[in-house]
Amino acid sequence: MQEGLNFDWKLLAPEYILVAWAGGLIMLDLFWPAGGWGRFGRLGKEPLGYIAAAGALISALVSLIWVDDTTDFAGLVDIDDYTTLFRVFFGLIGAFACVASARYVKERLLHAGEYYAFILLAVVGANGMAAASELLTAYISLELLSFSLYVLTSYAKFDLRSNEGGLKYMLLGAFSSALLLYGISMIYGATGSTEYAAIGEALSGDTSGIDESLFLGLALIMAGLGFKVAAVPFHMWTPDAYEGAPLPVTALISAISKSAGFALFLKLFASAFEPKIDDWRYFIAGLSAATMILGNLVAIQQSNIKRLLAYSSIGQVGYLLMGIAALSPDSASALVVHLIGYVVTNLAAFVCVIIWYNWTGKEEIKDFAGVRERAPVLAYALSAALFSLAGMPLFAGFATKFILFQSAAEENLLWLAGIAVTMSFVSLYYYLIIIKEMFLGKPEEGPAFPAPWPEYGALALLIAGVLLIGLYPQPLFDAVDTGTAVLFQEQASTVSGR
Amino acid sequence: MGEVLLALIAVPLLSAVAFMLIPSRYPQLVRYVALLSASAQFVMSLVVFFSYQFEGGNGLRFDFRWGWLENVVFLGPDGITLHLAVDGIAAPLVLLTGIVILAAVVVSWNITYRNKDFFVLLFLLVSGVFGVFLSQDLFFLFFWYEVAVLPMYLLIAVWGASSDFGTFIRTKEYGAMKLVLYLVAGSALIFIAIFATFVEADIGTFDLPALGQVQYDTDFQKAVFPFYMIGFGVLAGMWPFHTWSPDGHVAAPTGVSMLHAGVLMKLGAFGILRVGMTLLPEGAEFWAPVLMTLGVIGALYGAISALAQTDLKYMVGYSSVSHMGYVLMGLATMNDIGVSGAVLQMFAHGVMTALMFTSVGAVYDQAHTRDMTVFGGIAKKMPRHSAFWAIAGLSSLGLPGLAGFVAELFIFVGTFQAGYYWAGALGILAAAITATYILRMLARAYFGPLNEKWEGLREMRLGEQFAAVLLITFLLFMGLAPWPFVDRISETVRNLPVITS
Repeated sequence: MQEGLNFDWKLLAPEYILVAWAGGLIMLDLFWPAGGWGRFGRLGKEPLGYIAAAGALISALVSLIWVDDTTDFAGLVDIDDYTTLFRVFFGLIGAFACVASARYVKERLLHAGEYYAFILLAVVGANGMAAASELLTAYISLELLSFSLYVLTSYAKFDLRSNEGGLKYMLLGAFSSALLLYGISMIYGATGSTEYAAIGEALSGDTSGIDESLFLGLALIMAGLGFKVAAVPFHMWTPDAYEGAPLPVTALISAISKSAGFALFLKLFASAFEPKIDDWRYFIAGLSAATMILGNLVAIQQSNIKRLLAYSSIGQVGYLLMGIAALSPDSASALVVHLIGYVVTNLAAFVCVIIWYNWTGKEEIKDFAGVRERAPVLAYALSAALFSLAGMPLFAGFATKFILFQSAAEENLLWLAGIAVTMSFVSLYYYLIIIKEMFLGKPEEGPAFPAPWPEYGALALLIAGVLLIGLYPQPLFDAVDTGTAVLFQEQASTVSGR
Repeated sequence: MGEVLLALIAVPLLSAVAFMLIPSRYPQLVRYVALLSASAQFVMSLVVFFSYQFEGGNGLRFDFRWGWLENVVFLGPDGITLHLAVDGIAAPLVLLTGIVILAAVVVSWNITYRNKDFFVLLFLLVSGVFGVFLSQDLFFLFFWYEVAVLPMYLLIAVWGASSDFGTFIRTKEYGAMKLVLYLVAGSALIFIAIFATFVEADIGTFDLPALGQVQYDTDFQKAVFPFYMIGFGVLAGMWPFHTWSPDGHVAAPTGVSMLHAGVLMKLGAFGILRVGMTLLPEGAEFWAPVLMTLGVIGALYGAISALAQTDLKYMVGYSSVSHMGYVLMGLATMNDIGVSGAVLQMFAHGVMTALMFTSVGAVYDQAHTRDMTVFGGIAKKMPRHSAFWAIAGLSSLGLPGLAGFVAELFIFVGTFQAGYYWAGALGILAAAITATYILRMLARAYFGPLNEKWEGLREMRLGEQFAAVLLITFLLFMGLAPWPFVDRISETVRNLPVITS
């Protein structure tokens, strides 16, 4: 190990806060009376969710201390604008997931405290994936995220589908982790280091082309990460895990596992494997094309809204992979902007589905008949979210997709952008089917729905985000540009330093 | 003055938000707000049209810019700006939109089922239409284009009507989904062409005037122009991609049909002119014979199909395909008379078809059938309505003194000048077929002895009469005094790169 390592433990403060909060929640749950406190008794354990959300928010706020700062912790994690961007982002995802879970968990699940603790630990893992500057740290963070999600997926322990989904997710996840680890060892063998910067330096110095062990290592890493982000052909776990998991967990998986996966993917490929871009670009482009075609076409067939959103999220992974295939400073920031826009939109859609499920207990597409009659605000919000996912204007999806696709076209991938555009219009078809049910279907007779204000509040914020990104994205682009620029500065300095 | 252009987009958009905020127990308030907003748009469009200074070249007037996204990713300064301006092509089309939205709001007065939602979506559509006509930025042009397409599905599927043909039923959901799928398939082509154009231009901005300065490679122009031509052509009802249009128009409620056939289809032809022919003149030159052929086939095929219809609304739907065929012919001439004629035809057809749909709607609301064979002599019961129908029909077949004549004359002269004698001849044949189906429809349904079954019919509602008079005013205005239109249009058209080369 080198000398002068920076063991400044303060740098990890947001993660400490999250872990402490997670432990505290488990304790708090033990002492929380099942009947709730005093005149808030009817809330039961619902407030635990809001307390957990507060913890995630605090960690996001604390991470703002390092805005425009660049430092590292012992060469294992970088604390720079890229990390800060994702720490804030993951903190917010965690907070929204906790708020969206609160009523669901109170009514349908046991052991609320542990549930929220796992969400916060997932955020810790995700932060680590974005911050890691070294393969093993990245791997450990990824495992922390994955294990939290395996447990959460099978949290409804008296529901067979939840158990099946969790088991499938865990088995395939373990398999993909093995692939990833094997790939890491190959890369270590080929370059003599597990640090991104050192790998990048070794690869850029090497002009002899790509040898077998490097090639195998890259392929295994691509497959391993492909599993985590659910790229075709490594996507098989997604629909089952999505369908089996309790709804808020599905929302969490779709948001955090995907965005943390891409945070790692982008950082790793931009700083370590960039010198060999011509050797791997077309693999990723192929994965991307296959992912968006299959995800969107299979989504048409679905009758369950969770499975539909699962396949639609696979389609979105295809678009995001375009940003990796077209790797450049422009496409990196376009990728992250689309990622953020997609996650905000997808969370909005899931919050709508969660609210509806809390009332009706149903999750088939045909059960959305007549939402317009029974809950007009919900119908409009879900339509806005679905139109945004389909990439229609006024909403986030149009602007972010347009920039992302254009950035791929800039890198000679016009054919891929063409497929992406076509597929995004295919996706409009199945989103319209849901919208049609909501506006044209005959509503079931039922009691009037009470408006749960924490959930509606979260929904309002998310829809405001969707509209803000759709109508005035400049601030987001500026922030993300600053964040992703770091990746390419480092690389520029290594290149100039050699 | 640039703020007026912004207001033209913002007023309908903000009205849509306002409708959402009005509680649904006040349907009448929704109607009055809609009327107020539509009147404001109409007045503003009149102001824009008449204060547009056409002398002094093709310059853009009322320039408005708002930097939207710049200096990030691949975008340079002014990367994407909300750049609004009017030229001689946009001015009459803005006026057209103002006229049709006012007429459509009045005609939609009797919508009682969720009328709040209806106006939200209708005004969203209109803001998109104004946006396309006014945008001088490729990103925003396409942005507003999609905004205009977005509400169509719900507008048709919720408030539309299914058609029963005896042996089979064309449901409104079918018409709506078909329309949306066709239009988004066209959008995909436009999307790809925009990506390619931006990469080829390599100047880091989507500003249309700036992109227009770039000299594109000839092979590139030839390769990319068809994407624009077909992509926008789908919305313009270009044969063979027109089949969504009759089905969609028939399924839609009256107000939506008026806007859709009257204004929305013009976006397609406008896009070919504004984007395809302006940016890629050599590509346009190369593909002009194909465009001409498709236009002529559309004109003839639409007319013959209209001849075969007994359903009044399907007849109007196919007649739109036929008239949009003329517009494409005019564009394909690539000379100033023909292209000016195309723009004139867009305006003339927009007003005329809105009038036709108003009339069909008026009779359908009472009779609950649109089959022209079961009517007979209803002019005796609905004299004003029949007169309006007749004026619309006569404009459609090109009677001098009405708007259609001026436009078609320009187009045919342009076609002959450009050397497409066969196309001109076939186009005139289509006009003759138009005369046949219009006059036959009037004879069958409106004149002759009254069929006693329709003893109970009453005159169309006052609102519909108001809308019809408003539309007819402009048909006569353009027919008798076409120079305000011709001056504005031809001054800009003459300076288009595709004409000057």
